[in-house]
Amino acid sequence: MAEALIPRAFVARLWARVFRRNRVSSGFPFVASGVLGLVLICALFGPWIAPYRATAISLADAMTPPAWMEGGSASHLLGTDNLGRDILSRIIAGARVSTTVAFYAIVLSGLIGAGLGMAAGYFGGVVDAVISRVIDTQMAVPSIPLAMLFAAVLPPGEAMVIFIIVLSYWTWYARIVRGEVMSLRERDFIALAKVAGVGTPTIFVRHLAPNLLNTLLVLATLQFGSVIVFEAGLSFLGLGIQPPQVSWGGMLSDGRNFIEVAWWLITIPGIAIMAACLASNLLGDWLRDTFDPLRRQVW
Amino acid sequence: MTRYVISRVLQGLIAIFGALLIVFVAQRLSGDPVALMLPMDASEADFAAMREALGLDRPLLIQFAIFLGNALTGDFGQSYQWNAPAMQLLLDRLPATLELAMAGLLFAVLLAVPLGVFSAVHRGSWMDRSAKVFAMLGQAIPGFWIGLLLILFIAVELQWLPAYGRGTLAHLVLPAVALGWYPVAAMTRTLRSSMLDVLESDYIRMERAIGLPERTIVWRYALRNAAVPLVTMVGVYFANMLGGAFVIEVVFAWPGVGRTVVDAVFARDFPVVQAGVMLSAVVFVVVNLLVDLSYGFIDPRIRRG
Repeated sequence: MAEALIPRAFVARLWARVFRRNRVSSGFPFVASGVLGLVLICALFGPWIAPYRATAISLADAMTPPAWMEGGSASHLLGTDNLGRDILSRIIAGARVSTTVAFYAIVLSGLIGAGLGMAAGYFGGVVDAVISRVIDTQMAVPSIPLAMLFAAVLPPGEAMVIFIIVLSYWTWYARIVRGEVMSLRERDFIALAKVAGVGTPTIFVRHLAPNLLNTLLVLATLQFGSVIVFEAGLSFLGLGIQPPQVSWGGMLSDGRNFIEVAWWLITIPGIAIMAACLASNLLGDWLRDTFDPLRRQVW
Repeated sequence: MTRYVISRVLQGLIAIFGALLIVFVAQRLSGDPVALMLPMDASEADFAAMREALGLDRPLLIQFAIFLGNALTGDFGQSYQWNAPAMQLLLDRLPATLELAMAGLLFAVLLAVPLGVFSAVHRGSWMDRSAKVFAMLGQAIPGFWIGLLLILFIAVELQWLPAYGRGTLAHLVLPAVALGWYPVAAMTRTLRSSMLDVLESDYIRMERAIGLPERTIVWRYALRNAAVPLVTMVGVYFANMLGGAFVIEVVFAWPGVGRTVVDAVFARDFPVVQAGVMLSAVVFVVVNLLVDLSYGFIDPRIRRG
């Protein structure tokens, strides 16, 4: 089943492009992939890597600066916050939360968006008209006010953050997939499949979906960073991830109260957000250039 | 042109209707809308009166009609936190948001135009490469973090500018830079690529052949055409910022629409929240409509086509 959806040639091509420089693609962004890999490792194995529990309070160690500063200590490499919680451990725990939210949000908005986009592009007519209007409307409502609205009525937490992100991100997938399917629909192999009596569900899964993989992979990679920033913004406002769960945005919000005495509380979580987002942008740009050299961006 | 205008206006109306529908659904999603619309200490009589006003015993469709009717007159209920009509409350705060949005955009344009033009003209130079790095960082660093860093370095360490509040011109600088931060990157990218296209066009080559000075060609003739996509971007960002620069306004304690709505979410002052959503949706739709229509004036080809 997995092989039906993800053709071996696709994997082979991707592999070849990672390790061989060729004319169409610039060098594989190893640093960016390394950073993303690090974030994923923290997300998967965080509790076993982190030196302390992210929520462990130790008032005796409160406000220890990072190890390389005067007054820092090797037992807290990135320092501690006002409650003596270890910043490194909290960054690692935050990676887990951010990645989890981003994963579910991207998979769900990808499934919903791609599904509706495929339906709109393939069936055309009334189906397309209705779905396109919904997309237009959704895109005409700015996403942050919308987030405020649902933050006011839904119980806060991970599920709500994912819901809010899906609500404003599915339209990207829907719009792009719709366009691609509209041109795929006209191709011979789809017409032949139809003549051969292949059912519509099979055409969707076996013939359309594999051809959309490139696009979906590029979009999902580019959106990983954007989702992390969005979640950080919500959590910074106090409307996203709720304590005691740790999030990078929440750490910034806590650190803000001590901005005059502890610079590391607001710089370090921000660097984590920036690194994750920058890495996913770079990798996404590379994937786009590789899969679609003609639409390559100038920079 | 008339047909185009009519269809765009219709699209805008549908979008606003959609936003109203979303607000209505969100209101019902919470279970008891009356509990959202009234303060916690409201009496049983208040509840009964509100149920009556919203027509909660009537069919859902009638309820929606009542909601629409109220919305059309700008009535989204009373803010119980401020004891004033919710929409009026936000409109009172709009000038502060407008001031911040204009300053942020001004900063973005003043920085993006020279960056975009220079990196296109001197393609591949060190300037081009550093503009690229700058644009990439700009898209990866959230504006509110830039805001925090500005407070840390400029306001706390150097004490050059005030960190919080609104008043003098000095108060405006840091929030405007933080707000304009993200658009700078996107605008530079767009302007650079459209500038590259324009510089290769025939009429520019023609002007070079005539012997016009390069500076005149770039700044007078090329920029004017290359800036068309920039107009859309300025419009979209302006629309977004006017609806409230939520996170930036909170970071800098800016007394604008965004911060009021965020406060209202915490105070469970739902009338203000729904008024805020509708205000930003309407502003967004109207500004985008104006931008699309202004295209006809900027670029005669669109007017005819």
